[in-house]
Amino acid sequence: MKRRGWFLPITAVLGFVFLYAPIVSLVVFSFNDSRLVTVWGGFSTRWYGELLNDGQMLAAAWVSLKVATMSATMATIIGTLSAFVLTRFTRFRGKLLLTGMVTAPLVMPEVIIGLSLLLLFVAMELTLGWPAGRGLTTVVIAHSTFCAAYVTVIAQSRLREMDESLEEAARDLGAGPVRVFFDITLPVIAPALVSGWLLAFTLSLDDLVVASFVSGPGASTLPMVIFSKVRLGVSPDVNALATIIIGIVAVAVTIAGLLLRRQMKRS
Amino acid sequence: MTSPTIAANTRPWLDPAAKPFISIRHITKRFDDVTAVNDVSLDIFRGELFCLLGGSGCGKSTLLRMLAGFEVPTAGQILIDGQDMAGVPADKRPTNMMFQSYALFPHMTVEKNVAYGLLREGKSKAEAYQRVAEMLRLVKLEQYAKRKPHQLSGGQRQRVALARALIKQPKLLLLDEPLGALDKKLREETQFELIRIQETLGVTFIVVTHDQDEAMTLATRIGVMDEGVIRQVGEPREIYEAPNSRYVADFIGSVNLFEGKAGPAAPDLMRVETGDLGPVVVPPVEALVQGQNVWLAVRPERISLERHRPEGRANVVEGVVEDLAYGGHLTAYRVRLDNGRVISVTQSNRLRDEDPISWDERVFAIWQPGAARVLTK
Amino acid sequence: MSAGAVPWRGLRRSAVVLLGGLAVAAGLGVLPLAADSAGSLALVAGGLAILFAAIELGDGFGLSRRWLVIAVPMLWFLVFFLIPFVVLGRISLSEVVIARPPYSPLWERGPNGELEIIASLDNYRFLLDDPLYVNAYLSSIKVAIVSTVFALLVGYPIAYYIARSPEPRRSVLLLLVILPFWTSFLLRVYAWIGFLRSNGVINNILMWAGVIDEPLVMMQTDFAVYIGIVYTYLPFMILPLYATLVKLDDALLEAAADLGATPTVTFLTVTLPLSMPGIIAGSMLVFIPAIGEYVIPALLGGPDTLMIGRVLWDEFFSSRDWPVASSVAIVMLIVVVIPIMWLQAVQNREAPE
Repeated sequence: MKRRGWFLPITAVLGFVFLYAPIVSLVVFSFNDSRLVTVWGGFSTRWYGELLNDGQMLAAAWVSLKVATMSATMATIIGTLSAFVLTRFTRFRGKLLLTGMVTAPLVMPEVIIGLSLLLLFVAMELTLGWPAGRGLTTVVIAHSTFCAAYVTVIAQSRLREMDESLEEAARDLGAGPVRVFFDITLPVIAPALVSGWLLAFTLSLDDLVVASFVSGPGASTLPMVIFSKVRLGVSPDVNALATIIIGIVAVAVTIAGLLLRRQMKRS
Repeated sequence: MTSPTIAANTRPWLDPAAKPFISIRHITKRFDDVTAVNDVSLDIFRGELFCLLGGSGCGKSTLLRMLAGFEVPTAGQILIDGQDMAGVPADKRPTNMMFQSYALFPHMTVEKNVAYGLLREGKSKAEAYQRVAEMLRLVKLEQYAKRKPHQLSGGQRQRVALARALIKQPKLLLLDEPLGALDKKLREETQFELIRIQETLGVTFIVVTHDQDEAMTLATRIGVMDEGVIRQVGEPREIYEAPNSRYVADFIGSVNLFEGKAGPAAPDLMRVETGDLGPVVVPPVEALVQGQNVWLAVRPERISLERHRPEGRANVVEGVVEDLAYGGHLTAYRVRLDNGRVISVTQSNRLRDEDPISWDERVFAIWQPGAARVLTK
Repeated sequence: MSAGAVPWRGLRRSAVVLLGGLAVAAGLGVLPLAADSAGSLALVAGGLAILFAAIELGDGFGLSRRWLVIAVPMLWFLVFFLIPFVVLGRISLSEVVIARPPYSPLWERGPNGELEIIASLDNYRFLLDDPLYVNAYLSSIKVAIVSTVFALLVGYPIAYYIARSPEPRRSVLLLLVILPFWTSFLLRVYAWIGFLRSNGVINNILMWAGVIDEPLVMMQTDFAVYIGIVYTYLPFMILPLYATLVKLDDALLEAAADLGATPTVTFLTVTLPLSMPGIIAGSMLVFIPAIGEYVIPALLGGPDTLMIGRVLWDEFFSSRDWPVASSVAIVMLIVVVIPIMWLQAVQNREAPE
């Protein structure tokens, strides 16, 4: 493969253009003075100003951040436990069932997850009186559930490649099973749990469909507000919001990259 | 520290009244339908360095893990110092283990790794770290206390693993292929280091290994395992010189095996009729019936080669040197006998022989009657 | 050994009291919190209190804690993943009524006080009779297949290129593929509106270059939906493909060349068959979510872009016909189960041991 043709590099470049051109245009037109998003009307930051004065948008952003933080934390706890159970307990009743239940949400269409959870919440409210109405709580439960499936996958692969004799060594030196989990297992898989938490956070922040089903009055998430806006057509303050999100992601990735590089250098 | 009670020069296993320190009684372990360990019984004495030797999948590691408490026996009983280990979890057993992968905690320093077991016992930090310092001195790693495992060489890691396993002064130390990850030269040095430490502390060691040289060097006794059963237990010399079966004879070192039929019983020397060598004279064997099927095991280094037929000697066969491999301190020959059978012979190069036996020479192979071991299994 | 366990136990007991108190306080609305946050707090704190209390109880009775560790994720997924499907199935058998909630109960007391179970397959019959639903399923499958094929055609060369790149560049390119995934999915779909509109970026460029005189109609067509799906799910295609291609041993390609195969033949006889697991996994990861997709057809598709996710959404939110929406979901579930099983089988084969 020393003499490579032109075909591969060209298609790869076109592929990356395809991936990034829309994102670049989002950013560029967020600084456009014209309301007609795709017609250039001069440089301006007025849409950022408008965004910061949009109370509905800010409230939704706050709701989304709360939901994402809580869901990611819950999902990390549940996901870590189920990954641990699935990799470390060789045989128990219902193992197959649990395996199925943690993998299915990964590929289940969102509309089905959203609808079925909503129906559950309604049925629970009728019979148990909880959760009273839909709102933040129901969104957090829904997000925790499907995010936990993703965390499980990440934690599971880390647990599988972890040398099990580390845990045995700690047992051998006199630590009980709970102690071993907190002293050895958790610190060793911590990096995977951090990326699992971040993934869950992003997924929760990103979700529109499930939240639309299970959310209630006063708990509109950011994607729900954006969706109702862009359904009516393009609007430049959405571009401004997109640019801010892209900026945050870019900064986070850069920091993560630098940390990773430093860690690699140290070891 | 307890004063060492060393069994290095005493041999308690020869004394039928001696009380074993570890008793393994009819232990069986099945995984699904695979029997990993099949009805093994074994007594090990205080201060021994016992080697379980066998190929991969012979059940030696499973046996070790049952002693440590990581696997529950399907049947049978394990006693350590008179105490039944059934139902005792790994963290409550008076044993410690050195893992094949060393299993050093990657997120802790050397010092913390070694201190881990003491802190779990509820020792104070001050006391624990003082003991850690002593232990690190014993394994010559004082200056590496603050390092993380990934900053150490393979040999250093091995010593940390050893220190960590020894610091709780276990009644029994289990070592799973302790030298397996080291290169050849380091392995030879470490073998003697291991013996020195074992003798200093007087801890009973059980070592699992697939390397027969390692077992020979380290062990007070060796248990040869195969397909879940122990084929023979004995001192290294006994295992090599007096194997009890074709399997053990063939597994340890190399050997020439000949099938034959026992001749009539005799007071000083008896005869065995073999198909390949004709009649062979061997020392008398008890409980052998005339006409019984037996095998003769002759180690290659016990056979010598001569250019001329020696007069008045028994056990002489004639053949042609088919191949030879010069190995410095010795030369290995393959001699094809007239009936087509090939035997291996090694000759030590004690003298600078100007005219060594070479390819295609006609030679006579001779051995003492006592060199052949008669096997019935 | 016991010395280490005692402070741990004290900590746990105080945690039970503390968390239980917190849960009760939040539940009764004593704390100055919004009702929603108080509810969630009560849930989380109560759950943890129950967990710790269960550990205490289990220890008291000398039970192994193993079942507890299993019980937590098991119960969570049972209640919030499996049982919802039971509820879904049950509601799909009821009738729509004007009430809160808008579906008939499963049983009713008859005039003489006897229990009457109300369950009918009417909703399913309705789905079969009305061509709208059948067409929506067929059209969803068509859109999903076409998009998957396009995603494969676009993704394969990229994955191959990345897999064959030298190390520092490979990681960077891989990161570039994953990066868009971390930005908002909704906003990435939105970006295409600006691209595809009649006065959007593409039309502007083409008209400026003189290729066309009139703007092309791209928005609100199936084409726009294909683009949207390929765009959003491309990383899901590239990553599994990359994972299999990067494992491909260079020596195999050299051996094929050495035995007289041209690069094209080598690709068809060696590379392609060996990357089959990646092709299947990637295709399923695009195909399955594409079937139920709602956002992309809603934003980029036209009024005549029929997709089942959209039908379900409208049935639920516009018509408020929960029973029919449920039966639509159940049928969709049956449609996606086969590819899901296939994906599972491929992944199990990929990760033996």
